[in-house]
Amino acid sequence: MILSEKHQMMRNLFRQFAETEFTSELLDELEETGEFNRAMHDKMAQYGFHGVKIPVEYGGQGGDSLAYVLMIEEFARVSPVLSIYANTSNSLGSGPLLFCGTEEQKQKYLVPVAKGEKILVFALTEPGAGSDAGGTLTTAVEDGDYFVLNGRKTFISGAPFADYAVIYARTDPSQKGSKGISMFLVDMKLPGVSCGKPEHKMGIIGYPTSDIILEDVRVHKSDLLGPLHKGFATAMKTLDGGRLGMAAQALGIAQGCLDESIRYAKERKQFGKPIAKFQAISFMIADMATEIEAARQLIYSTAVRKDAGDPESSKLCAMCKLFAAEMGNRVAYKAVQIHGGYGYIKEYKVERFYRDARITSIYEGTSQVQQMVISGNLLK
Amino acid sequence: MKCIVCVKQVPDTSGKVAVKPDGTMDRSKMAAITNPDDLNAVEAALTLKDHQSDVKVVVVSMGPPPAARMLRELLAMGCDEAVLISGREFGGSDTFATSQILAAAIQHMGLERDDVIFCGRQAIDGDTAQVGPQIAEKLGIPQVTYAAEIQKTGDTLTVRRMLEDGYMTIQVQTPCLITCIKELNTPRYQTVRGILECDQKPYQVYDYETLKDEPLIEPDTIGLKGSPTNVYKSFSPPVKGAGQMLEGSGRETVDQLFGILAEKHII
Ligand SMILES: Cc1cc2nc3c(=O)[nH]c(=O)nc-3n(C[C@H](O)[C@H](O)[C@H](O)COP(=O)(O)OP(=O)(O)OC[C@H]3O[C@@H](n4cnc5c(N)ncnc54)[C@H](O)[C@@H]3O)c2cc1C
Repeated sequence: MILSEKHQMMRNLFRQFAETEFTSELLDELEETGEFNRAMHDKMAQYGFHGVKIPVEYGGQGGDSLAYVLMIEEFARVSPVLSIYANTSNSLGSGPLLFCGTEEQKQKYLVPVAKGEKILVFALTEPGAGSDAGGTLTTAVEDGDYFVLNGRKTFISGAPFADYAVIYARTDPSQKGSKGISMFLVDMKLPGVSCGKPEHKMGIIGYPTSDIILEDVRVHKSDLLGPLHKGFATAMKTLDGGRLGMAAQALGIAQGCLDESIRYAKERKQFGKPIAKFQAISFMIADMATEIEAARQLIYSTAVRKDAGDPESSKLCAMCKLFAAEMGNRVAYKAVQIHGGYGYIKEYKVERFYRDARITSIYEGTSQVQQMVISGNLLK
Repeated sequence: MKCIVCVKQVPDTSGKVAVKPDGTMDRSKMAAITNPDDLNAVEAALTLKDHQSDVKVVVVSMGPPPAARMLRELLAMGCDEAVLISGREFGGSDTFATSQILAAAIQHMGLERDDVIFCGRQAIDGDTAQVGPQIAEKLGIPQVTYAAEIQKTGDTLTVRRMLEDGYMTIQVQTPCLITCIKELNTPRYQTVRGILECDQKPYQVYDYETLKDEPLIEPDTIGLKGSPTNVYKSFSPPVKGAGQMLEGSGRETVDQLFGILAEKHII
C-alpha cells in the first residue's frame, strides 16, 4: 500500500519525535525505575498524540486509524513501552466513549483524555476472567441514583496513576457469560477505589500495571456508559481498534529488531568477515524483513478498510493481531540469535525488544483468542 | 503584524553526502530537508505568535516545485501562509540574485511598519550566511544577525547576538530582519491536526510574471545573469580531528588535561 502524502508526513513526524525524544537515557530510566514518566506523557500531550484518532470536536487531532497505527508502529520501533503511553486514550479508553457515550460524558471524560490532561484506563480482566471475560465477577448493584461496585480487576495498565477507569461489572446476575455486564466510568479518587502493588513484569517496564480493587464504590448513574446490561456487546465492537494498535506495536518492535540486526550483522566480524556475509545470517534477515512487510501491508490495509466500514474488519483486526504478534516474537528471537551472546546482555537493544515482544501475543486477547475470533467468523 | 520567514530546502548532509563526478553535490540522491537554522527562524516567529494573537506567520521559499512539500510541513507546524517563488527565470541565482528576488517578493506582499523578517543564519548546502543580510540591505531595513535570544516589546526587539568571543545585546525597531542560530530555540514538531489542515491555509506561487513589475527585478539582477559569483574551484577541506572536551573546573580536570598534554609531548 502506498501511503498518501499526508500519511507520509505523519510517519515522518512520529519517527522524528520518537528518534529525538526517546533518548537512551530516558529508556534506561524507565527500565531501571519501572515508573511512569509524567514529563514524557506531557510532551506527547503538547503535540496531541493522546488524541490522534479522536475527533477535533472532542479535543483530538481528527486522524484516522492509519494515523494511529503509524504512530504506535513508529513509537514502538524505538520504545515499545512508550508506544503504550499514547495508546489507551486512542483505543480502548476512547472507543467505548465515542461509541456509546452521551454528549455530557464525552465532554467530561473524552475531551481531557484527548488532550492528555487526564488518564483513562481500561479495566476488563479479573483474576478469574481473562480470555473468558464473560466470567466477570465484579458486581454493580443499583441503589437510588447510584450503582454500588464491588470486585477486583487485575493487570490494569496505567491503573496506579490513572484518573479514570472504564470498569466492567455484572449488573444482571440472572444472565450468564458476557450478557448482563455493563460499563462504568469510574473516578479513581472515589471512596472505595484502591490499587494493588505494581506487578514486576518481564517487559514493557515503565508503565505500571496493577490491580484495581473496588469496595462499595458508589458510582453515579450518569457514569453508566452505554446501555444497561449490554455493555459487553458494545465494548466488543470497540476492541477491534485496540487489536489493530497492538498489532502495530508488534510491527514496530519487529522493525526495531530488524534495524538493529542489520547494523550488527554488518559490524560484527567472525571467521575474518562480517557475519552478514554468512548465508545463515543474511537469510534470517531476509525472512525477518519479508514477514515484517507482510504484517505491515495487512495492518495498513485493515486500518483503511476498518474506517471505510468494511464488514470483514473485525476478523481482519484479529488477523492483524495474531499475525503481527507471532511474527514479532519470531523476529525478536532471530534478532537475539544474530547478536549471539551480546543479544542476551541488557546493554543491547534487542534484549529489551525480545522481552517487550512477548506481551504482544498475550494482552488485548491472546493469540488463541484471535484464532477463536477468526475461526468463529469463518465457521459461523 | 506579519512575521515573514525565509526558508530553504536543502539536501540532508547529516548522513552520506552524494557527490557527482565533477565534485558538486548530487542533490537528486539525497533526502531534502528544511535548512536547520531556518527551522529556528520559523520557531522564533511561531513563539511571537504564541504570545501575541494578531501575529501572522508567512513562510517564503525560493526553489523548484518540490519545495512545496517543505512549505506544507511548515504550515503543519503552525505557520499561517506560504509563498513559493518558482520560475525558470530565477534558476541559477547566487546569493546576490536570490536575495534580490526574495526582497522583491517581500515588497510584493508589502512590508509594513511592525513586520519582522526572520532568516536562518546560513544554509547547510552553501554556508555563506549572505542571503539574510543582503535582503535587509536591499529593503533598506535594519538587521541583527546571529540571534540567540529575542524579546519583543511594542515595536522594539531586544536581540542577544552570539558571537565567537561573547555576546552582544542590540535593540532594533521594526521593520527589521533577524538571522537566527540554533541556540535560539528548539523548533516544535508538526501535529497530526496541522498535517490534516495544512491544505486549507493560503498557499501562493510567485512566478516571474507575479514579480516582474517589482523595481528590484531586472533581467540582469536575477538568475544566472544576475549572479556575480563564479565558482572557481570547489573541494572538500581536510578533515580536522575531533576535539576532546573535558568537563568540570576542579583540580581533577586540570590534572587530566595536564596528563593528556604530557602524553602528547606538548608540555
Ligand atoms: C502487562 C499486562 C498488561 C495488561 N493490561 C490490561 C489492561 O489494561 N486492561 C485489561 O483489562 N487487561 C489487561 N491485561 C490482561 C490481559 O488482557 C490478559 O492477561 C489476557 O487477556 C489473558 O488472560 P489471562 O492472563 O487470564 O490468561 P488465560 O485466559 O487464563 O489464558 C491462559 C492460556 O489459555 C489460553 N486459553 C484460554 N481460553 C482458551 C480457549 N477457549 N481456547 C484456547 N486457548 C485458551 C490462552 O490463550 C492462554 O494461552 C494485561 C496483562 C498484562 C500481562
